[in-house]
Amino acid sequence: MAVIKPREAHASMSPVSTHTSAVVEVRELRKSFKHVDAVRGISFDVHRGTTTALLGGNGAGKTTTLSMLLGVLTPTAGSIRILGENMLRHPYRVLPRINFTSPYVDLPKRLTVGENLRVYARLYGVARPQARIDELAAELDLSDLVPRPYGDLSAGQRTRVSLAKALLNSPEVLLLDEPTASLDPDVGDRMRTLLEQYQKRSGCTMLLASHNMGEVERMCNEVIMLRAGLVVDQGSPLALLERYGRQNMDDVFLDIARDRVSPDHGASANGHGQGIVS
Amino acid sequence: MIERHAYLLLKSWPRMASMAYYPTVTMIMWAFVTVYLRPTSNFLADAPGLFIGAVLLWDILFRGQLGVSLYSRNLGNLFVSPLRAWEMIVGQLVMSIIRTLIGVGAACFFAWLLFRFSIFSLGFPLIAFFVNLIICGWAIGLAVSGMVLRWGLGAEELAWAAIFLLAPVSGVYYPIAVLPGWLQTIAHMVPTSYVFEGMRFVLLDHQFRADLFWWALAINVLYMFAGVNLYLLAIGYARRHGMLMQMGE
Repeated sequence: MAVIKPREAHASMSPVSTHTSAVVEVRELRKSFKHVDAVRGISFDVHRGTTTALLGGNGAGKTTTLSMLLGVLTPTAGSIRILGENMLRHPYRVLPRINFTSPYVDLPKRLTVGENLRVYARLYGVARPQARIDELAAELDLSDLVPRPYGDLSAGQRTRVSLAKALLNSPEVLLLDEPTASLDPDVGDRMRTLLEQYQKRSGCTMLLASHNMGEVERMCNEVIMLRAGLVVDQGSPLALLERYGRQNMDDVFLDIARDRVSPDHGASANGHGQGIVS
Repeated sequence: MIERHAYLLLKSWPRMASMAYYPTVTMIMWAFVTVYLRPTSNFLADAPGLFIGAVLLWDILFRGQLGVSLYSRNLGNLFVSPLRAWEMIVGQLVMSIIRTLIGVGAACFFAWLLFRFSIFSLGFPLIAFFVNLIICGWAIGLAVSGMVLRWGLGAEELAWAAIFLLAPVSGVYYPIAVLPGWLQTIAHMVPTSYVFEGMRFVLLDHQFRADLFWWALAINVLYMFAGVNLYLLAIGYARRHGMLMQMGE
């Protein structure tokens, strides 16, 4: 597997800091369902202008965490501050300034791309909706798709439309749930480039749940590893590669997800560095 | 929200046609029942529009409820947007009025065209009936939407069934007085019973009973309060149980 040069961590990053550049501050966040403790008291910060990955196997708590950050899932305990606002108490101060995209959350299929984007531009209070839609359509190469029903599009096209929806309000914080899942490598690469360009231009902060380790190495300054609802390790991709003595994030992921002893270094994930940091 | 619903509605001619189809067919059926019974019935001879008026008013209730009920499966993106619950409710209510006017409007047009019965012959009280029926439809529709949020789209069938629970005690085609005593007690707790009683007074006695209107309105306020609160409680429940993101199409 090709090794992509990982991004350096944000200079001020620490597992939990009180640094003012933190635009997402999560403290002791818990979510228990009837028979499952999905998230068991996690804390982390995401800093301005950085991209942070939430990694973990299925059921680790990534989507649950994102859902709580988005306000569609009420935490059992803990606090969330986004852009300095208490998200649990004042979600409507935060929601106009953030956005979200996921291939698993569809837009209405019978509406055209243009209609979908117009509806969401209004919902987000975009000042000049049509101008913004035209701008995004040009940037994301959607112009030909605007009059077509969303349901007629391919997976890759839908993903681009979802990204356009997520960028309509020029969000300061962008939450991405597996944004390139089910895309071919070419379209996936284009998506990542678009996200990187947007971040470079806007200084947006991104929090990304992904299973694509190449994507994480390429895009993320910081990685938060979740297992069974706990943060089990955290650091920059480079730091994690060094810590686990691995060449790529796939192997780091497996070491941490399986809590297994590294054949080269004879230590388990929890034996390294921070272990369970939350 | 209104724009979103309008796009969905207006681009589907089968959906528009089906909205008009059911009330029109039902109206035609009751019109022929009237034609058949009129020679032998004094009250139908006096008020030939009794059944047609009843079916058209019933459809205001029915369409009002259906129009407000949630069938959209693409709610995830809405709930992560800055859309507030009350804005969502208002959007649903406005769309309910539009859907009702399309569905019932078509039936009214055919009632006039085929049977020379104009719903406007009810005069000013028509507005009072419309207001009470659509509010009642909204209240039930919001409660049903809450059930859909709470129990998922499996509860969708409830949307169709819920309103028919009211039919026997609403006295759509007969006076409440024909019901057994205990059912009359229940009927008096249902706003629609006052509306249909009021309609019969208008058509048979040419008299608008304001007391019936106010009773219906007062009970409707309670129904609406309950409907909105059930809906908001269901959103809260869905938020606590992670159901808002699970409604993808």
